[in-house]
Formats: sequence, C-alpha cells, structure tokens
Amino acid sequence: MNDSTPSSSIDSSIKNVSISSSISSSIKNASIKNASNQSEMPFALVQGEPLTMIPQDLYIPPDALQVFLDAFEGPLDLLLYLIKRQNLDVLNIPIAMITKQYMEYIDLMDTMALELAAEYLVMAAMLAEIKSRMLLPRPDECADEDDPRAELIRRLQEYEQFKKAAEDMDALDRLERDIFLTNIEVPKFEVEMPLPDVRMNDLLMAFRDVVNRAEQYASHHVQREPLSVRERMVFVLETLSSDRFTSFLDFFDASEGRMGLVVSFLAILELLKESMIELVQSESYAPIYIKAI
Amino acid sequence: MDNEKLKPILEALLSATDKPLAINFMFDLFSGDIDQPSKDDIRQALHELVEKYEGSGLELKQVASGFRFQIRADYETWVARLWDHKPPRYSRALLETVALIAYRQPITRGGIEDIRGVSVSTNIIKTLQEREWVKPLGHKDVPGKPTLYGTTKEFLDYFNLKSLNELPTLSEIKDLDQFHPELAFAEKSDVNAN
Repeated sequence: MNDSTPSSSIDSSIKNVSISSSISSSIKNASIKNASNQSEMPFALVQGEPLTMIPQDLYIPPDALQVFLDAFEGPLDLLLYLIKRQNLDVLNIPIAMITKQYMEYIDLMDTMALELAAEYLVMAAMLAEIKSRMLLPRPDECADEDDPRAELIRRLQEYEQFKKAAEDMDALDRLERDIFLTNIEVPKFEVEMPLPDVRMNDLLMAFRDVVNRAEQYASHHVQREPLSVRERMVFVLETLSSDRFTSFLDFFDASEGRMGLVVSFLAILELLKESMIELVQSESYAPIYIKAI
Repeated sequence: MDNEKLKPILEALLSATDKPLAINFMFDLFSGDIDQPSKDDIRQALHELVEKYEGSGLELKQVASGFRFQIRADYETWVARLWDHKPPRYSRALLETVALIAYRQPITRGGIEDIRGVSVSTNIIKTLQEREWVKPLGHKDVPGKPTLYGTTKEFLDYFNLKSLNELPTLSEIKDLDQFHPELAFAEKSDVNAN
C-alpha cells in the first residue's frame, strides 16, 4: 500500500458520490424549510427554488458512504465492480492492484463503523494469498499447476453469470408489474342444488341410530334404599336379649338382597364398635352368636 | 362437441377465473357430458382462441399451470394507472437467490452462498416460500441434511413462463485456458524454457 495514486482516485470518486447525495438531500431539506418561511428574502436560487437560509446539514454526513457501500451484494460484487470500473478483463486481473483497492474499501467500511461481514474479510485473505503465491517463484516441475487466480476467476465469473441472470429475470414480464390478469365479473348463476334421494330404509336406520344414541344419554336416578343402617341397628338390638345368644346368621335375610345383607352387617359392626353387643365364637369356623350386653 | 361450440365455452371458463386452467382440468369439467370433447379437441380450440385474441389488448397465454387470460404487457402503462399501488420491487439479493434456485435447482442454501459469496438471509428464503415461488424438494444426503430447494409452477406463472426452458439463457463463462498465453506465468515459463 505504498503507492497512493489509486487510493486517492478511489477516495475522490467516493467523495463525489457522497457529496452529491448530501447536497441533494440538503437541498430537499432547505426547500421544505423554505415552504414555511415564504416571507424571507431568498439569497440564492437552487434549481429554481429560492434558498432563504444556509442549509444546516451541508457537510458530509458520516453515514453517507454507507448507502454507497451497502449497494454491494458481498465481496464478489465489490470485486466485480472494481474490475469493471477499470475496464479490465475478469480473466486477467492485476491481483496486486485489485487487492490494494479492495483493501481500501475494506478499511473504509471499517472506519465507517459498518458492520463488516466476515465474507469481506475472507475475500481479503484470499486475495492476499493469491498475491503471495503469484510472487513465489514456480519450479519447473510445477509448471502445469493452475494459475493461483483460477479459483477466484471461476467464482467471479460464476457470480457475474448469476448477477446477470437476476437482472434478466427482473426484466422478464411479470405479474403485478407488466402483466395483469383479467377481471371479469362472473354473474351470479342460479345454481340448482339437487336434493338427494332418501330411501325409507335409510330413514328408519337413521331413526334407530338416534334412538340408540338417546339411550346412551339416559340419566340414572339414584334412589336411596329404604333400608338404613340406623334402622337395622334398632331392629338388631330389639331382637337380642341379654339372657340368651342369638345366631349371627339370623339377622341375614337373603330375600332382602345384597343391599339388605350389607346393611345388616354394617349395623352389627356399628353396634359392636359402640360396644352395645357382644359377639361370641367358641372356635374357628364355629357359628357366631350375638348377645346384648 | 364441435369446435365452434367448444371455443366459447372455454372462453367463458378461462374468463371466469384468474387462475390458469390446465387442459386436464378443463377436460374433467366436461366429464358426464354426452358429447364430451377430447383433450386434443380442447387443445385445438385453445390454439384457435390464442389466435383469435392476437392483436387485441387481451392475450390467452399458456404458463406453467395452464392457460389464462391476461392483459398484454404492451398495455401495462395504461392499465397500471387504474391503481395507485406501485408494483412490488425485489431486492438484488432476492433476485439473485431466486435466479440461482431456478437455474441450479435442486440447490442447498450453502450452494447459493458459495456462488454469491455472502450468506443467504433466512428472510429471503422465507419470503420466497411464502410467495410460493420456492419449495423444499428434499434433503441432501450430507452431514447436516441441508434442504434442497427448487422453484414451483407458481414461480413460472408469475414470470409468465411455460417452463424453465423459457428462462433467459445464462451468459457464457469464458475459459481460462484460452487466455493462458497472456498470463504472466506462461511468459515466465517460456523464458525458463529458453
């Protein structure tokens, strides 16, 4: 980077771009301000518009370059721009010069505090590598080795190819921009809806299904059994006497059903718990007798 | 069904919808009719309809999904004045991405990034999928199983194309070998040889 001539030419070209953009923006601002200050004497005419005050922002805003540099779609795009600008052939690029210019853009991006995508740095490294390989003397046995620029050239050409393809595609006639669809009002047609035929059999089947389903939803009324444990406890106590034993089985009447048996059993247990009766069994499996206390 | 009867029917069908109609679809619409036209009949009638509209503001155009009536691009200037809205503009990044998918499909995101030299933003892929221009075709059998993308019929419809073959041809890639004599190394090795 000793040679300063290409750098200064780039710098000046960039500045031209940015200055012209900042001037045009300042003119816009001035004309807006002007609208509210019609009465003041204009001291200048810019594009027919009178200027009444010095634009506040007539300097190169720090972000002005961003617009310019953001226009690149990545390092390959930037490189292509550098090459095309100097009417160079992609196939025979002077690596040293291009690398230098590329690095100046990178430095510029860096000082502009642009978010410098890693891809740009990778490209810088690749350029430096190619440059260094070009400098190395090539032994004869490696004479058929590829040109160090070959890979870069291949990528540049491939990218250029698709950059062009994207432009071509943008130029294609497309909906919403070049081609519009017809918009013909379709009259409201009276559409006859054919009613489906229903056979009696189907109707009956459907009805049966409904009935079946209704049964599924039948509610169950839970009714309290007329037998109550309290009542049965009273009955047991009345039946028992303290003088004699009564068989446990006498209190179970099979005709009352399961519920009756359970109620009797619960009543006896309850009485036993309250120590109101006494249960006696002479030995295992022998009959059980109950006696009132 | 004779041709003269079929043509106005097809004309009516194609006018009633803003979606392209495929020949098969139109053929099915006639199913059940006593004098159902054959697909060739339909094709012939459509061909004659295309001719009928030549020189008018309308055009019957075959795109990827079928036939549709559309306003000729020549009259875009005036038709666009009917509406306030500006036609959508697409960024270079989006166009380059969709161009790569169109020309190089099936392609992975990595494949696109290799050629463009920058990472592909997720938003662009999302937008392309939302617009139904691009769809995942499957996964590449390499580590990470990256998605392979391809373009859809809707993409071709949008760009007024019948098939991918109608895309503009890619510019030629110049061969490096042709330039070899001019390269510095070649000269140098010549010197060495001498």
